[in-house]
Amino acid sequence: MSLSREAVTKVALLARLELTPEELDSITSQLGQIVDYVQQLSSVDTEGVEPMAHAMEQHNVFRADEVRPSLPREEALANAPRHNDEYYRVPAVLGD
Amino acid sequence: MNATQSATAHDVVIGLEVHVQLATQSKLFCSCATRFGAPPNTLTCPLCIGMPGTLPVMNRHAFELALQTAVSLDCQIAPFTKWDRKNYYYPDLPKGYQISQYDLPFSHDGHLDTYDPKGNLPVRRVGIIRVHLEEDAGKSMHDEAAGKSDSLIDLNRTGTPLLEIVTEPDMRSPAEAKAFLTELKLLLTYLGVSDCNMQEGSLRVDANINLHVPRNGETIATPIVEVKNMNSFRAVERALEYEAGRQWEEWQATGQKMGDVPKQTRGWDDAANLTRPQRHKEESSDYRYFPDPDLVPVVVSPEEIEVITKSLGELPAALRSRLESEYGLSAYDSDVLVNQGRSLASYFVQVAEACGNGKLASNWIQQDILRLLKERQETIDDFPVSAAALADLLRKVDQGELDTSKGRDVLGGMIDSGQPAEDVMLELGIAAVDESELTALCEQLLVENERIVADVQAGKVQAIGALIGQAKKRNPNVNPGRVREICLQLISKRA
Repeated sequence: MSLSREAVTKVALLARLELTPEELDSITSQLGQIVDYVQQLSSVDTEGVEPMAHAMEQHNVFRADEVRPSLPREEALANAPRHNDEYYRVPAVLGD
Repeated sequence: MNATQSATAHDVVIGLEVHVQLATQSKLFCSCATRFGAPPNTLTCPLCIGMPGTLPVMNRHAFELALQTAVSLDCQIAPFTKWDRKNYYYPDLPKGYQISQYDLPFSHDGHLDTYDPKGNLPVRRVGIIRVHLEEDAGKSMHDEAAGKSDSLIDLNRTGTPLLEIVTEPDMRSPAEAKAFLTELKLLLTYLGVSDCNMQEGSLRVDANINLHVPRNGETIATPIVEVKNMNSFRAVERALEYEAGRQWEEWQATGQKMGDVPKQTRGWDDAANLTRPQRHKEESSDYRYFPDPDLVPVVVSPEEIEVITKSLGELPAALRSRLESEYGLSAYDSDVLVNQGRSLASYFVQVAEACGNGKLASNWIQQDILRLLKERQETIDDFPVSAAALADLLRKVDQGELDTSKGRDVLGGMIDSGQPAEDVMLELGIAAVDESELTALCEQLLVENERIVADVQAGKVQAIGALIGQAKKRNPNVNPGRVREICLQLISKRA
């Protein structure tokens, strides 16, 4: 097992996931298996191989600085759990 | 500096982090407009509100503006650069990550020299650690009674291109920090890469500050505090002045050194004139950066950097010293003109070249043209009197055909009618008085006023004023300065 319960607890907090102790157990085990699987890559000899910043060999993909119409506001707000027809409404950000 | 601070010598150490909105039409990764002041949530699309399945494509112009800025700051341009995801949760960041640059920013290791036309501050070369290109977040509006009601989110700003400029901790006083920001803003304005409007959030400043206190032959660094929420350069200066004093008192009370306590963030309260501790974002430093797989890297060739470098035009520091050396202006005057922006400075250069008297051109532009522009609420580009036409007028002033007051009348006429100085003078009945005619008039006056001549010869030079008055009565077009000069010359010849 390459992942500790503490590490998963921290990752869950960073991802804003609330896990029950049972979920934490099963996710620790599942995530551990994924990490172990990827860990196989470290057996490859990378001596002298340039690290890549991207999986594709492509670079310099740009678009022109041109404005296109934006979404009508009703559509932009349509999926929000709460809004007031102008703004998204979210639980108060400041305040303890 | 207050009394406590000066009690013991210590250095104030300041580094800045400046965010600048780039002047593009569209956002960094989508085609929504970047316009300020649009109704909330009307400038968004599936990409900038973080809908699944959308893919960002970089705005070429944003990258070009970023390169121009970095080159102007004498930065090294990275031959290879990429974008990374900075992961954190906040309601104004719909994707759950900000596209930024982590370990391979497009530029690094530059510098900018501060400037003080009055010469009170030392010229400080401020190192630029890095400049990188990232996207802005949206805007959250909190209710005054925080915690009692919802926060409102406007995502219009989400995805606007931002440059983050990080300096070395090279500034040694709040005044130097302000001088650096002033010079940076001037540079960015000359480049046209940003409007730098702090009220609209186009330029935002955070500052890191601590003290270096000498003790027993060693230098002790106090804990670094990051100061936020400063809405003007003056506020930056005041906040840092307050903070330097507060840290000195804290150091004396606690003796805490850097590393003894976690880095603190404090917010500036402009009305209360103090900084307050801000709540720590939990785990805020764990951003789990990784390369954004949706964006490919960018490669910049030396040829491209060459093209950018050549396109920059004359920058403020070079222009200031040229105005001093080529047109004989004082540091103060050249600074005033350069600070008015590229168009006005170039107007000055054209006027000075054409009339041949830089100081005269500078005086007229500062005293009259700037005032008129303000009254007329227009920029030099819309001003009805061209540089050539003003130069024409100033040549007449320079040669004594017109005195300053008549010159002003003629300038007013030029603005109203759009006619050249010559025509306006005819219209106003201001005829240039011929030099020989003027000399004859002066000789006549001397003959008629032997007593005044005697007074002047006896050393009462101010007696000449009466002659000027008489000359103006006989011919309202005479230039009083010339009358004075000619009369004094004639009198000295008689002696």
